[in-house]
Amino acid sequence: MYIQGVLTVAMINIISTAGLAVFTGFTGLFSLGHAAFMAVGAYTSAILTYFVKAPYLLALAAGVLASCFLSALVGYPTLRTRLRGDYFAIATIGMGEATRVILENLKITQGARGLPGITQYTTLPVAAAAAAVVLLLARNMLASVYGRNAVAVREDAVAAEMSGIHLLRTRMISLVFSAGCAGLAGGLYAHYLAFIQPVMFTMVQSTQITAAVVCGGTGSLTGPALAAFVFTVAPELLRAAQMWRLVIYGLMLVLIMVFRPQGLMGYRDLSWQGVLSLSDRLRKSVAGGKDGKG
Amino acid sequence: MAFAECIRLSKHFGGVRAVNDLSFKVDEGEILGLIGPNGAGKTTVFNLLTGFYRPTSGSMLFRGRELSGLTPPDIVGLGIARTFQNIRLFSNLSVLDNVRSVLYRHARYGFVEALLRSPRVRLCERHVHEKAMEYLEEVGLADRAHDRASHLPYGLQRKLELARALALEPVLLLLDEPAAGMNPEESMNLVELIRDIREKHNLTVILIEHHMDVVMTLSHRIVVMNFGEKLMEGSPEEVQSDVRVIEAYLGEEYAGAYRR
Repeated sequence: MYIQGVLTVAMINIISTAGLAVFTGFTGLFSLGHAAFMAVGAYTSAILTYFVKAPYLLALAAGVLASCFLSALVGYPTLRTRLRGDYFAIATIGMGEATRVILENLKITQGARGLPGITQYTTLPVAAAAAAVVLLLARNMLASVYGRNAVAVREDAVAAEMSGIHLLRTRMISLVFSAGCAGLAGGLYAHYLAFIQPVMFTMVQSTQITAAVVCGGTGSLTGPALAAFVFTVAPELLRAAQMWRLVIYGLMLVLIMVFRPQGLMGYRDLSWQGVLSLSDRLRKSVAGGKDGKG
Repeated sequence: MAFAECIRLSKHFGGVRAVNDLSFKVDEGEILGLIGPNGAGKTTVFNLLTGFYRPTSGSMLFRGRELSGLTPPDIVGLGIARTFQNIRLFSNLSVLDNVRSVLYRHARYGFVEALLRSPRVRLCERHVHEKAMEYLEEVGLADRAHDRASHLPYGLQRKLELARALALEPVLLLLDEPAAGMNPEESMNLVELIRDIREKHNLTVILIEHHMDVVMTLSHRIVVMNFGEKLMEGSPEEVQSDVRVIEAYLGEEYAGAYRR
């Protein structure tokens, strides 16, 4: 039961991380407010199932749509700059906190006390299936014109515009997709934990998702997914180090920025060829070491 | 109606008159050289023509259409492409991907289709791949298709920029110092390449360049700028022997010696 719970949360985190990987890893924009999209997804779906007794899938979909709508609202004025999207990053901090405060003060969300008694619809199979679907959709999106345009914008916004790519449109699509993923993750989470509070969706959570994306690798989808899994599972394995979790994240981020800025996976995705060639190289270097000099 | 035209074009950054009351015409099919000392405003003219700057006053016409106020993607859609003075490649992408990025503008499928990776998406992928390889072959980069763009030597990076600009299927090509950093042999190869490309694709070219051998060999006509204004224009021979041009580039003493 316990293991199932941990794995379920890991699957949920993979979903939100995959979404942010598309936005940060592939479109090159940092967001420190994605927890707000999770919150919107969580609360929208929870309110629907709790008060209106809506069907689970419908509630999840509504959560996704609500997050998408919020992201479009925030993104439209802030993503239009030709400079790096740092302005957007700052705006997301504001949006994240604003969302939390609003949730704490609305009657329907029951404020800071939170919303208890949500039906636990999310089981491990549900979460795992959702994660698989999200990863597939993200992969397809990235391999399409939408993903290619996003990467071009990340690499050089000026050259991308001069190649006929619309900056705002491209960034908005990435943002809305990533917000939708976060909204889905939020909805799944609410119906797993059976209880949500605004304080569960702060900049701390946003930073954790960003950390997983950065450590997993810019320009990779499997890297961040793996990192999200590890970041969820490892603290459970290292129960004693719970308090140090954020310190460890911070330290990892700094180390990776200094020694391997492209993240663990770099610009590559995990594939059979990649694993096979890696094992080949390892074997060769071990063999070479054995009969080499010294 | 001229093919392309700047009419009393001005761009002021506060008190700095980067471009001031500049007027010139470009005829279809010609190669127009745009030269002048550093800081003369040549790249600013390109930035204006491609929509990165808005003119302070004046107008720019392309096939009769006013360009001011259009965004860069709009202008690309009208058939204008440019290369950059400081190369702006997609460094972390492969050579092939750099050209492919540009070709995706032909994709005609919606977001949902993309998510589901329909057959139309796959067909588009194949098509884009083929076309990209064609452009790489044309500039001689096909054998390095899978190298990372940032790993290419400088001269080949410039060729890649050229391939990427060609993939936009322009009718007007703006080249910003394509021969910068090249030795004489590489420069002459480039001249040949530009000539071939122009003929094959029926292009009109505006060329900013400091390598005088490249400019004089390639250009049909030359416009000389200095301090944001047009100093003179004419054929390569006329420009080479004009005292004012020599004075602008080399200073008064040389001009004085030339006059005598």
